[in-house]
Amino acid sequence: MINVTIDGIKTSVPEGSTILKAAESIGVKIPTLCNHPDQAVKGNCRVCVCEVEGSRLLSAACVMPVWEGMVVKTRTPKVVEARKTILELILSNHPQDCLNCIRNQNCELQTLAEEYFIRDNPFSQKTRGMAKDYSTPAIFRDPDKCILCRRCVEACSVIQSVNALGLDQRGHHAMVVPTMGWDLIDSPCVMCGQCIHACPVGAIGEVEEIDKLLAAIADPDTVVVTQIAPAVRVAIGEEVGLATGDMPMDVFAAGLRQIGFDYVLHTNFTADLTILEEGNELLKRLKEGGTLPMFTSCSPGWINFCETFYPDLLDNLSTCKSPQQMFGALAKTYWAEKSNIDPAKIYSVSIMPCTAKKYECSRPEMNDSGFRDVDLVLTTREIGRLFRMSGIDFNKLAGSHFDSWMGAYTGAAVIFGASGGVMEAALRTVYEVVTGQTLENVNFEVTRGIQGIKEAEVDLNGTVVKVAIANGLSNARQLMDEVRAGTSPYHFIEIMACPGGCIGGGGQPITKSNAKRVERINQIYVEDEACEIRKSHENPEVKAIYEEFLHEPLGHQSHHLLHTHYTAKNKKTL
Amino acid sequence: MAEEMRIVLRNYGKIDPLNIDEYIAAGGYKALEKAKGMNKIDLIEEVKKSNLRGRGGAGFNCGQKWFFAYQTNADQKYVVCNADEGEPGTYKDRLIMQGDPQSVLEGMAVCGYAIGANKGFIYCRGEYPYVVDILNQAIDQAKAKGVLGDFDIEVRMGAGAYVCGEETALIESIEGHRGEPRFKPPFPGVEGLWGKPTIINNVETFANIPVIVDKGGDWYAAIGAPSYPGTKVLTLTGDVNNKTFFEVPTSTTIREVVYGLGGGVAGGKKFKAVQIGGTSGGFIPESLLDTAISFDAMSAIGATLGSGAVFVMDESRDMVDVVSKITKFFEHESCGKCAPCREGTARMNELVGKIKGGKGSAADIALLKKLGGVMSIACLCGLGQAAPAPVLTTIGHFAADYEDKLV
Amino acid sequence: MSYKEIIAKYAEVPGGIIEAFHAVEKELSFLPEEAIAEAARVFKVPAAEAFGVASFYSMFSTKARGKNVIRLCESAPCHVAGAAEVVAAIEKELGIRMGESTNDGLFALEFTECVGQCQATPVITINSKPYLDVTPAIIPNILAEYK
Repeated sequence: MINVTIDGIKTSVPEGSTILKAAESIGVKIPTLCNHPDQAVKGNCRVCVCEVEGSRLLSAACVMPVWEGMVVKTRTPKVVEARKTILELILSNHPQDCLNCIRNQNCELQTLAEEYFIRDNPFSQKTRGMAKDYSTPAIFRDPDKCILCRRCVEACSVIQSVNALGLDQRGHHAMVVPTMGWDLIDSPCVMCGQCIHACPVGAIGEVEEIDKLLAAIADPDTVVVTQIAPAVRVAIGEEVGLATGDMPMDVFAAGLRQIGFDYVLHTNFTADLTILEEGNELLKRLKEGGTLPMFTSCSPGWINFCETFYPDLLDNLSTCKSPQQMFGALAKTYWAEKSNIDPAKIYSVSIMPCTAKKYECSRPEMNDSGFRDVDLVLTTREIGRLFRMSGIDFNKLAGSHFDSWMGAYTGAAVIFGASGGVMEAALRTVYEVVTGQTLENVNFEVTRGIQGIKEAEVDLNGTVVKVAIANGLSNARQLMDEVRAGTSPYHFIEIMACPGGCIGGGGQPITKSNAKRVERINQIYVEDEACEIRKSHENPEVKAIYEEFLHEPLGHQSHHLLHTHYTAKNKKTL
Repeated sequence: MAEEMRIVLRNYGKIDPLNIDEYIAAGGYKALEKAKGMNKIDLIEEVKKSNLRGRGGAGFNCGQKWFFAYQTNADQKYVVCNADEGEPGTYKDRLIMQGDPQSVLEGMAVCGYAIGANKGFIYCRGEYPYVVDILNQAIDQAKAKGVLGDFDIEVRMGAGAYVCGEETALIESIEGHRGEPRFKPPFPGVEGLWGKPTIINNVETFANIPVIVDKGGDWYAAIGAPSYPGTKVLTLTGDVNNKTFFEVPTSTTIREVVYGLGGGVAGGKKFKAVQIGGTSGGFIPESLLDTAISFDAMSAIGATLGSGAVFVMDESRDMVDVVSKITKFFEHESCGKCAPCREGTARMNELVGKIKGGKGSAADIALLKKLGGVMSIACLCGLGQAAPAPVLTTIGHFAADYEDKLV
Repeated sequence: MSYKEIIAKYAEVPGGIIEAFHAVEKELSFLPEEAIAEAARVFKVPAAEAFGVASFYSMFSTKARGKNVIRLCESAPCHVAGAAEVVAAIEKELGIRMGESTNDGLFALEFTECVGQCQATPVITINSKPYLDVTPAIIPNILAEYK
């Protein structure tokens, strides 16, 4: 242990601790901007500078390791002047556009400007004058707002191994740009949106489409139908002042009806359906010697990744559409028929934790219902904005039901929202299908948690099935490289593009740390435990759709509506 | 009267730099042989005893630095010669490499033996392709002669980035990255090139080494200023009669350099200022000319010895005009990694330009002072920390040049 | 030689992407996107990173430019020695402004910081070859070497 004195407070901290960590441990808050709890230290914004006795230079608290006897002062006038000046410099090259900004009131720079009461910035206002990049249907970039902290670059390269972002030029002209300075759509971007969480300001965000929803609601001839993805409920509370997980599903549904949705249904329903289709697909591949390992296909960021970086492994992907797209295809066929609604009048809106879903719904092949299957994807954050705008008090709102035919779900669908959930749900069903026995303990603990790569073995009547689970695309890349090299020992691999799974998706409430992701994961399993039915094949509405419409998993109708194909992306460069 | 003393430039102009035999005939490679006969730690002690301090600008004790790398256990260590000479007004490393390349190779090889490194790199600035050719020929000759033993040296070329003179930025550049400085610690002596212990010394520092090994640390320590002994190669530019180079003991005063060796101000004009150490050095007025050029004496007056550039300005020169070129330089050369340098160098240039254009006010001067003060203590690397010095010292010593232009 | 062949020569040099870029520039005078992408593949770094390297260093250009790159030093020692007049004279002689290339693709005109020939200011370089004590009067002669 190392003895240090910070602002007169003596403490001992482990060797190798930074000033920032040491200060945190005794409750001394040092401001940061480029620092990110789950990323490498950068030391480039210099907002965290402190005085260290005996040194002429100020030290960046985020990078400077403590030494025995170090005396640190974090609040001297010299420190305050330096921090304020640095903030003034950054702000003078940042559009004074807070009121119009997607990150208004949720911006690290804005918070610091308030804390350091920046008033009359002595530096003249200048911005780069760069155009916004709206080339993708999912993510926009506003390079003028970039403060060069480089957190997005690390999220894209280290965490996701996508490497769509890099630097251009140097000095005052330095910028973060997509590959070669192209538009984002031409880079290898997979639209996972992890850069959005990494960004401390509003330089990257989701493409907002709230107006499209409002227009549909305003049109009396349009029937607005919505689906809610499994990961949304645990996080939506964060957008409206509630704690993580603190939004009951029925209250959430009621809130959506208040906004004007005509029918509130559930992606969880098609999550359960996915298990039936995908579980049977796996069994078929095992039995018939199909391409193995089979990869899950729920995560559109992951699909983009596979199509971009591993086009040689597309046959390994399950042909199952994602639950969102299964829902879309069924809403305008099966559900429309059951509900006696003209499918041409249905406007299908999905509420997703995901930015890549905005792209997925626009894929040209996603029109098997005879219409565009899903018309609009709104992220959790966009729904949060709608809720705040609507002024709904969720503490006082009475709950509401979900509508019939595609609104029922099981605990197995709920856990789709967390990494390992699809695998666990599949195992719950596959076990019973193969062994014909009832699974007494449905909890496969080994599949759970935020750990990047998890693996398990399941004995199905003497056949040992090896499975692996990865969340975050760098982890996925490790498993893919094994598959490509022919050394992968697995039969079935679940991959979620985002760290922690969908609960950490690019459309979720801005998530600065993995600690928040873990909190959401825990809430997912609380919800699963609370479900009466926890196996997908026991979902009564799923049983009904097979009886009345689909007839059998992997059958003709399923093939037509619920399965898809993949295409290599052929990006110009990787 | 100041006199030249040539240690670093001992062979300059006397031997054919592209003929290793002439270097050897002049006593070359004896020091390396002697060094290899010594215990490594004794060798490092000898270098320490000489009190040779880095000639690149930072002035760190050379032997001490070597000791850190010596101490660190690693399967691979590197010796890097910093030949990214980029300070405007400086060309002394070029002179050494062009005039006596073997002296640099020998110095590097001594270092390699001392710290246990068998691989060296010379990082030569991209503006000197003709020097790179000389170095490569010199290396080929040394290899052919076998004088370097198992010590291998490779030349790498910069590509136009002043910041790569900063040792960690230089490492990044050799590794094929953007030349952006790393945070220290860890220092390169512990974790440098490709994560391995690395000694980075300036060309001039390495050229001193064979002489120190040959004549002993005590001999060297007795030359010049005791706290920064030895000689320094100076390059004189600007409004001085002798626009050329000199190597002098470090006890020599600025006045002796400008008026003695330099022959005084050109054109019979009066002296106004001298900037020493390159473009990041402070501006020195007449009243401080009796300061010795040694590292510490210069620090005491808020200036630097830096690279040894001596840029003389006569009475006709407008300090704001000269400084405006310097602030533009730093705006162009900031790597952009840390916020105070990236934004600050641009703002400094903007404010100086505003004053130069007759649109500045007293508040702009006050802001320059505040900004300069913050940059000098808060920037990530030496570039940003030193960038305000020309602005702050000219505001300090030549305030009238600024005030005359205010609205 | 094609850029692919040029870059391939440096494939085994650790960190050799900068050396490879120098070699490509010597041949093409700039770094086309395809060459940056090829270097990224050869040196096993993402293209976004290779582009970041190419755009960082001032001697590299990611945009097409004239074959003979004229660089004029504007650092303080050259400035006080009259660099501005040299700039004006070259601009006039070539009919282009700093940062531009001539229509015939023969010359590119760029500012540079110090090139380390300060004993004889002002200094310009053409394809890195220094010309010393440059005055407006001798510029046509210097340029004639490259026409």
